[in-house]
Order: sequence, then C-alpha cells, then structure tokens
Amino acid sequence: MDSDEEERIPYSLRKEWSDVTPLPQDDGPDPVVSIAYKDEFRETMDYFRAVYHSDERSARSLDLTSDAIELNPGNYTVWHFRRLVLEAVGADLHDEMDFVEHIAENNSKNYQIWHHRRWLAEKLGAEAMRRELKFTQKILALDAKNYHAWSHRQWVLQVLGGWEDELEYCQQLLEDDVYNNSAWNQRYFVITRSPLLGGLQALRESEVRYAADAIITNPENESPWRYLRGLYKGDNNSLVSNPEVSIVCVDVIKKNPIKKNPYCVFALSLLLDLLCYGFQPSDEFRRIVESLRNSDSGPSDYKLASTVCAILESVDPMRSNYWSWRKSNLPTLAC
Amino acid sequence: MECGNSSMKKRLSITQQEQMRVEQKVFEIFKILDGVSPHTRSLMLEIWRDKHIEFLTRGLRELAPSYSVLDANRPWLCYWILHSLALLGVSIDSEFENNVVDFLGRCQDANGGYGGGPGQLPHLATTYAAVNSLITMGSERALSSINRDKMHKFLVQRKDSSGAFRMHDAGEIDVRACYTAISVASVLNILDSELVQGVGNYIISCQTYEGGIAGEPGSEAHGGYTFCGLATMILINEAHRLDLPGLIDWVAFRQGVECGFQGRTNKLVDGCYSFWQGDVLALVQRLSSIVHEQLKLAHVREAQNPAKACYVETHNSTKGDSDPCGSSHQAGELSDIGLSFLEGQAEWGPLLNSIALQQYILLCSQVLEGGFKDKPGKYRDFYHTCYCLSGLSVCQYSWSKEVNGSAPLPGAVLGPYSNLLEPIHPLFNVVLDQYYKAREFFSRSW
Repeated sequence: MDSDEEERIPYSLRKEWSDVTPLPQDDGPDPVVSIAYKDEFRETMDYFRAVYHSDERSARSLDLTSDAIELNPGNYTVWHFRRLVLEAVGADLHDEMDFVEHIAENNSKNYQIWHHRRWLAEKLGAEAMRRELKFTQKILALDAKNYHAWSHRQWVLQVLGGWEDELEYCQQLLEDDVYNNSAWNQRYFVITRSPLLGGLQALRESEVRYAADAIITNPENESPWRYLRGLYKGDNNSLVSNPEVSIVCVDVIKKNPIKKNPYCVFALSLLLDLLCYGFQPSDEFRRIVESLRNSDSGPSDYKLASTVCAILESVDPMRSNYWSWRKSNLPTLAC
Repeated sequence: MECGNSSMKKRLSITQQEQMRVEQKVFEIFKILDGVSPHTRSLMLEIWRDKHIEFLTRGLRELAPSYSVLDANRPWLCYWILHSLALLGVSIDSEFENNVVDFLGRCQDANGGYGGGPGQLPHLATTYAAVNSLITMGSERALSSINRDKMHKFLVQRKDSSGAFRMHDAGEIDVRACYTAISVASVLNILDSELVQGVGNYIISCQTYEGGIAGEPGSEAHGGYTFCGLATMILINEAHRLDLPGLIDWVAFRQGVECGFQGRTNKLVDGCYSFWQGDVLALVQRLSSIVHEQLKLAHVREAQNPAKACYVETHNSTKGDSDPCGSSHQAGELSDIGLSFLEGQAEWGPLLNSIALQQYILLCSQVLEGGFKDKPGKYRDFYHTCYCLSGLSVCQYSWSKEVNGSAPLPGAVLGPYSNLLEPIHPLFNVVLDQYYKAREFFSRSW
C-alpha cells in the first residue's frame, strides 16, 4: 500500500482507463473557497466523478475509490459509492476490513471510516465480533478517549455481542487512568445494558462502593462523582436514602480542609443535590457544613442547602453565578 | 490506604499530565496580563479585527492544497468564514456574494439538499452550512436560490423509522443529523409534524447519566451534541422532556480553571466549546419557566414524567397559545418556535463566567496574524475562528434580558468596547439581523 510519488502513473496514461473521459469539477466561472488541488488529487477526482456519474460498479472503480479515499478520507460520496461497488462486484469483505484499518491508521477521528466499518460488520454478522472488539481496542490503546471508537464498540456489543470481558476491560482502562471519563461512561454502559450482569438494580450497591473508593483516593476527579450520582438517575429517593452516599461527601470534606482543596466542590455539590431531593441532615452533618463557612459566606442560614450554596459561591468562583442561581431556586421543601 | 494514596499521587495519569501541560501554558499567558499597565492590558484584550478580516476574506477566495481534506466540506468553509465576517460586522460585496450564491447553487442537488461540493451526494451537515451561509448573505437572490419544496422532500427521505435522521442516503444516524435537519426546516419555515415525529424520543435517549447529551444512545456526554440536542428539543417544543437541571449542572462544570470550556468531563479545554457549551447556558436562560418547575419539583419529581412536565409547560408557557403536547402542528406553526423563542426574556444572568471565558478566547485562542485556534500550541483554522467568535458574541450579550434589546453595558464586554460583535440567534447561530430578514422572506410563501 505504500504509494511512492515517483512511481505513480497518471490515470490519463493508463491503458485500462483510456476509454474513460475524466469529468472536471463544475466550480463555475468565479469559484469561491477554491482549493489549490495538487495534480494527483485533481486527476483522481476527475476520474472518480466520471465513474460515479456513469455509475460504473466495477473492479477498477473499486481501485479508484481506494485512491480517492487515500487522498481525502472525509469524502462521504466516495465511501458511499464504494459500498455500492463492493456489493456489485461481490468483493471479499475481509479485505475491505484490512483497507479500513489501513485508512484508520492516520484518520481514526473521521465519521466516514466508522460508518463504513459498521456497515461492514453488519454484513459479516456475528463472525465480525471478535475482530471489531480487537480493532477498537487497538485504536483506544492509542487514544483512550476516541469518541467514534467507543460508539463503534458499543454498537458491536449491542448488535453482535461479546459482553463477557467488557467489565474487565473497563476496569483495566480505569486502572491505567482513573480520570478517563470515557472508560467510566463505558462502565455505566456495561452495568446498565449487559445481558450477563443482572442490570443496574442488582449491581448498584457494589458500584456505589467502587465509585466511593475512587472518590476517596482522588477526590478531585470529577468522573467517579458523576458516576456515583448517575447510578441513581431517575431514582432520587434511593439516592437520598443510601447513607453511603452522604458518608462519602462528609468523608471527603473532613479529610480535606476546604481552604487548601477547592475540589471539595464535588462533595458539596452532591450534598446540595441530596438536600434538594429531601435528605434530612443529622446535627453532626449540619455542624460539619457550618464549619466550612467563613466570613465570605455571609450569615448562617435557616436552610442548610442555602448555606451549602453560599459556601460554593465563595470556594468555586468560576461557577459563582451558577451557585447563586441554585441558591435562589431551591425546592420549597429542601432542608 | 495512605500508602495507596501516595503511590497514586506520584504517578500521574495521562489525563493529569496533559491537563498540567495545558494549564501551565495558559497560566503563563494570564500571568503576563497581570503585570501590565491598563493601556497594554486593553491592547492585549483587543480583537484584531483587520487581521481576522484579512485571514477570512483570503480564505473565502482561495485555499492551500492542504485544504483538500475538506474538499467534501466546502459549504462549511463558506459558513465558517461568512458567519465570522458577519459577527465582525462585515458583509461581502454584492459581486462576490453572487459568486458564493452561484457556487452553493452548484452544490444543491437536483432532488434537494446540498452536498460538500458540486456534484457530491447531498448531506444534512453541508445542507445546514449552505442554508446558514445563504441566510448570512441575505440577498433576495441568495434566499430564493434554496429549493424549499425539494428540501422538504430531502429531509423526509433522511428520516429513519426511529424518528431520528440519517446524514445522507444510507448514512449515519446521530444527534448532529437531527439538529441540522430540524434547524434547516425551522428556519426555512417548512417544519411540520412529519419531520418532528419521534425526534424527541431519540434525543431523550441520548441524555446521559452525567447530564449532557451524547451523539448516540449510550455514548459519552459531549458539548457539541449537547448543543445540538437541546437546540433541537427547543425547536420542536419538547425541551421540557429533558432533565434540564442535570444538563445545566453538567455544562456549568465544563468551564475549567483555564477559563475556557472543555467538551467532555476530564478532557482538555478547546476554544470551540465557548460556543457549543456557552450557548447552551444562553439557551436555558430563556427556558426559565420549564427549568424553574423542574427545580422546584425536584424532590417529588420521579425522573422524566412527560405528562406532568407537559402539564407544567402548558400552564406556565410564556408563549401563551402554544400547545406543547399537541402533535397536530401545521407547517408554519412549528416553524414559529424559533421566532417566539426570541421574545422570551432571560430571567437570570449567565450561568457561566462570561468574563473569564472572554479572557480565554481573546488571550489563548486568538492568533495575532488573524484567526482563532483551539488552544495555545495549536494552529488557527476557520472552524475555530467561527466558533470562538460565536462564543464571544454569546458572552457579550449574556447579560441582556432581551435578545434584540439595547446594546450591552461596557462591563459585559472584556477589552475595549470596540470588541463588541453582532448578536446571534442562539438556536441557529446566524447573525440576528440576517435571521429576521430570512424569517420575513420565508414567511411570505409556502
């Protein structure tokens, strides 16, 4: 696949293309956003336009689309036509997988290759599952947050299966980098959708513990805080009634004196949500929050939620507008 | 415990290392600002209008061979450049405007919609870019060049049985596709119940446990998709079906110590999210009645309850006669939402730190030779120029109660007051005056 500039023979000099008249781009007399194409690009696209226009679904058209995609993997029209050609000539789809992998080496963040890959995997069915999981793993080893790779992987799991090792894979990525929010998102995906694990309800308690451990180790890491909160999406009553959740908040606040560690913001923020959802704080709980108040936070308030907002306003100046807004919109029944 | 803790702290993860490198660069820049005289400070915070205009107008004519990778995105290049110029208050001369109209006409497919270049397959994203470009130019010739009849057919063809949209014939389905389809239909006054059907369900299924919206169900919350998802829901009058307090909280937390926005939790800051994330917070300022109800009822509200939310909306709607639960909307009625949205008043100030964000854009994204970039160490491009300027405009008007009210106070504009840009329509991201002009044009017929 190495395309040596020196050895490239223009299409116009190739015997097998002599019957095709290249079709230039119709840019009009006064083009705008006019790209100074190199000769190779212009010529390849002129021949592509010719076969696309005549709808020639042949082996040579397939080769031509390979060249065009090498030059611009973002051209969705070329990819679309390539799929029509692949079907018409009955191409070996495993070879096509190799081609996509080659293109993905330098273009792993392009919508077209991933859409094409999904189309291929769908056609191959269950037999493609292992290869797709391996392929995404390879891409994610280079960039563990590649959005398209994660989407593709989720699609593979849902349509072709392969859930067996997925939780372990998330685990391993989180051990590599516990700040990798994509891996947390994937963990949530597995917990809530894997047909092998019993669903969120069954796993919630152990997941709360998993998130709480991650929080205690790195309280400044937002990902496990959002994950913990997300385990109760749509079920605020359970969030409020699980003492482990409020204990995590208090632990973090106690261990990290606020003036040194503004990341207590995550603990206070979750605490605020708890209060908004009807959490009844103990006296000890009130004392701990009150101890965080300083002269900037204004007078002690009747509502604990209001005090929490005031503290957040002063320790998290980037979001002071947000906290003051939260303060003025507390639920009537919040403590 | 303590032991594990300290070993964790010693070895920084990739995320932490990359974050530290960016913070260092950004803080170095901000430190310079701290020590200078007010005059130098004002100079440092100035928008280099002439340089930007030069960079943009040159690009509108011709582009280097390296732009070949954007050969299937040429309407986007038109939009990024024209909209940037419009934000700077520059309109192109009529002869050149005709050339752009002519070019986009060549991208328009005989069966409706626009492709990435002449003769290319029509695509929803480039259709959105082409339509917004034509609106931004705004001449009779530009606006009448859009075949709305065929456009409607094209949009209907892009609809999947799930209700969501596909980018092109047999193309991918995602939230971006839904937004570009609904935005185009709304602004062209051809939005009807056939196009709206099922879109809301799809967007709802993309709101994640974090609060933001993902590109597809199950994926990670992301700034670009969050804008697309929320704007779509507003345009189809179904914003009340989202968990808005959760969405706002997630977006508010995306503004970091660098003063700019990141696109996802624990990712690096990027100037383009000044618009994608910043505009979401501008949009919710005009959804106060829905947000208030969701907040006040937080402790009794059981997750999404469309029936209840709908009831709430009907009785608190500032739009009066609109019926958010009705499914028998006619074309025109649905397309009015984009206009009536502007009539609502912002009942609270910006939920982002507007001055901090302007500081990031002006000092860390602005390129003195013209154009804007992602972050220090990166190169300028037209995409970032468009979305940094759009974000800047959103910030400057973020304290204005009315979208089309009086000019912002000097305190709302960081740097010299001459930095003031044109206001935008926050749902379509076209300059407001041009939106009104197009709205008037497209309401004349159909």
